[in-house]
Amino acid sequence: MESEIVAKPKVAIVLGATCSGCDYSLLDLGAGLLDVTDQVEIVYWPTGIDSKLGDLEAVPDGGVDLILFDGAVVNEDNLEMARLSRRKAKMLAAFGSCGTYGGIPGLINTGSPKKILLEVYQNLPSRSDKAEPLCFEGEDALPKMLGQAYALDQVVDVDVYLPGCPPPLKLVANLFTDVLAGKEIPKGTYYASNRAVCYECKRVKENKDIVALHRYHEIQPDATRCLLEQGIVCLGPATRGGCDAVCCTQNQPCRGCLGPLPNSVDSGSEMMSALASVMSLDDENKDADYADIFDNLNDTLGSFYMFTLPKSILGRRKVDQG
Amino acid sequence: MKRIVINPATRLEGHAKIAIIMDDNGEVQDALFQTVEFKGFESFCLGRNAEELPVITSRICGVCPWAHHMASVKATDALFSAPPPPTALKVRELAYNAFMVHDHSAVFYALAAPDLLLDPDTPRAQRNILELVKRIGRDTGAKVLTLRKAAADILTIVGGRATHPIFGCPGGISRGLTAEDISTIREKSRQLVELAELTNKVFEDSVASKKEFVDLFNTDAFVNRSYYASLVGKDGRISFLDGDVRVIKPDGSPFEEFKPESYLDHFEEASLPWTYMKFPYLKNVGWKGLREGEDSGVYRVGPLARFNVAKGFSTPKAQTKFELFRDTLGSPAHQTLAYQWARVIEILHAAERVTELVDDAELGGKEIRSPLGKVGEGVGVVEAPRGLLVHHYKADERGVVTFVNLIVPSTHNNSGICLSVKKAAQHLIKGTDIPEPVFNRVEMLYRAYDPCLACGTHSLPGSMPLKFELYDSSGRLLRAEARGL
Repeated sequence: MESEIVAKPKVAIVLGATCSGCDYSLLDLGAGLLDVTDQVEIVYWPTGIDSKLGDLEAVPDGGVDLILFDGAVVNEDNLEMARLSRRKAKMLAAFGSCGTYGGIPGLINTGSPKKILLEVYQNLPSRSDKAEPLCFEGEDALPKMLGQAYALDQVVDVDVYLPGCPPPLKLVANLFTDVLAGKEIPKGTYYASNRAVCYECKRVKENKDIVALHRYHEIQPDATRCLLEQGIVCLGPATRGGCDAVCCTQNQPCRGCLGPLPNSVDSGSEMMSALASVMSLDDENKDADYADIFDNLNDTLGSFYMFTLPKSILGRRKVDQG
Repeated sequence: MKRIVINPATRLEGHAKIAIIMDDNGEVQDALFQTVEFKGFESFCLGRNAEELPVITSRICGVCPWAHHMASVKATDALFSAPPPPTALKVRELAYNAFMVHDHSAVFYALAAPDLLLDPDTPRAQRNILELVKRIGRDTGAKVLTLRKAAADILTIVGGRATHPIFGCPGGISRGLTAEDISTIREKSRQLVELAELTNKVFEDSVASKKEFVDLFNTDAFVNRSYYASLVGKDGRISFLDGDVRVIKPDGSPFEEFKPESYLDHFEEASLPWTYMKFPYLKNVGWKGLREGEDSGVYRVGPLARFNVAKGFSTPKAQTKFELFRDTLGSPAHQTLAYQWARVIEILHAAERVTELVDDAELGGKEIRSPLGKVGEGVGVVEAPRGLLVHHYKADERGVVTFVNLIVPSTHNNSGICLSVKKAAQHLIKGTDIPEPVFNRVEMLYRAYDPCLACGTHSLPGSMPLKFELYDSSGRLLRAEARGL
């Protein structure tokens, strides 16, 4: 029988609007990283190796077995990299919460680009020059912002998703194991649990009879009991697991970085609805309105959509033009 | 007017580039570091609940999330008038030192070592971490990665995960350490010291003891006489988390020392139309453009600044190395390439500090959070791996954020980076015929700062491709030197 030379799968990691934490955390595989790099051919990874964009462009369209796209899409450069990735990838993965849902950069959808530039460049006390500073024309032009942040699949077709901020390394390892085994990976696969974070949370859950909502710093929660039952908004019930409920283990609430459960339309509104259904008004607050109780959270948008605003039914806040 | 553009990223990857502007006589007039990426944290943090800022702002940078997290936690301590209990401070310090090992060692091996351990004139295509692993052997490469993983493991024990910790909160930390946690950390901390000693030995054997490298460090074109700013502890020694900000003059004499909360009286920022990166300068000296010396408000931060400003380390092994550094380079050391050596020595101090703290009786205490007081305003300043990091917040009476100002180390160093590149370019670049080693040298200089572009952009800069472009006075491209594109 003739021996068959099997080419190593080609892999690339491409960056959008990201903090680089997703791909930088791969170094924490330790020596395991070398085991991965032994088995794949990395054609492009600017954070990790001395790679050239030309190397990625030189690969025939569809010639990269797996591209991990790390980041949201907020400017024209990000958009071009997203389109290039789609062209070159046999399988395109949204890598991390930014690629999957828009992530923290998605919070930019709470304002207008012009307002944001003013806030960052003109209204700060350490700034000495009050002139409109930024140039979007000519030789030194800065890449134009798109006016809002998008998740990767809002601008190109995406095959698989690796949510998490950053994605838990064991979930990343699962994807690589499947790719190396040549496994057929159905389109739309999420490398995360299909069940809620609560299933992984070791806290004791007794009775969801909540009389008031607290911000997590306001009380010192019991370290063994369900945070939600103590009135802290924990997005665990509406969020995919796969993280071993690490935030709850750290005595902090889930902020929803792994995103909505399968078939969920909008995890934030579903979480609010679920909360309202388990709130019970006691004697002390019997006249209170549910809306007032949620108002106590002050920042409803940040509390329920910290990582998922661009993909939510809200998408972005309606802002004045200009 | 001619312009050379050093573009560390193509337009497509485009996050930062350096433009060198030449006058009509072919002399270098200015160098400008352009950052083309922008995320707007200072704006979208407005309206958020203040206690969430340590969670949100760690996402500024996935390479140094602990630095942003810790500056943010300190700012929210102050904003909620909640000075943390001793146990919380000890656990924070332990984690932060483990993070210093984690970050500095990645920078050294992935970014600096290919320049320093391979011949500086090695072709660009071979100057990378993979070539380095080939040279030092896969076993050694695996060993370094394994030892470094001990730092990630400690961060995971303390903060839930190494990248984007779930750890600090206003007035303390959200989870204390168990006896089992402490015993595991103690075991892992030995590997940190082993990694630090190995790394120092590699540096000393291959660089610090080599005349050609010391000569390179001392080359006039690579020496910048600037002011330096860093935190110093009460003992006058290097302190990553506490103390006052001290600024020294280029001759090493004290210029000013102030409480972090009063940073606005001392730092001011200019901004220019073509870059998202601002240009801070010393307010009490003034902005004189990209010039060195005592008349110019340009100051630098980071490992080299810490070495110049403080009188050493509190830990014995690092102190010995500190003295070797000063004996070799003098004080203040203005040799920009010496950033790399200072960084390597700091790994040792941080590792030693972890081993000290792990035996501290207060580390396992149960009191980990202070009750909150009046809500108002807070400034949190830490020494990030790359230098002074300022988070400044205000909130209304409900604790909703109304104001955020951030000054990150790579912004503090923006003028320094431009100045270094400008001076090197003035010495090395004459006309359009630029020999290959000049590009290497300019790159090494820029990389010495390790400008954490992830803080405002995405990539570890050292691994990013560079593009040099030379334009004539009409803006016509005369020559393009693609390096790693």
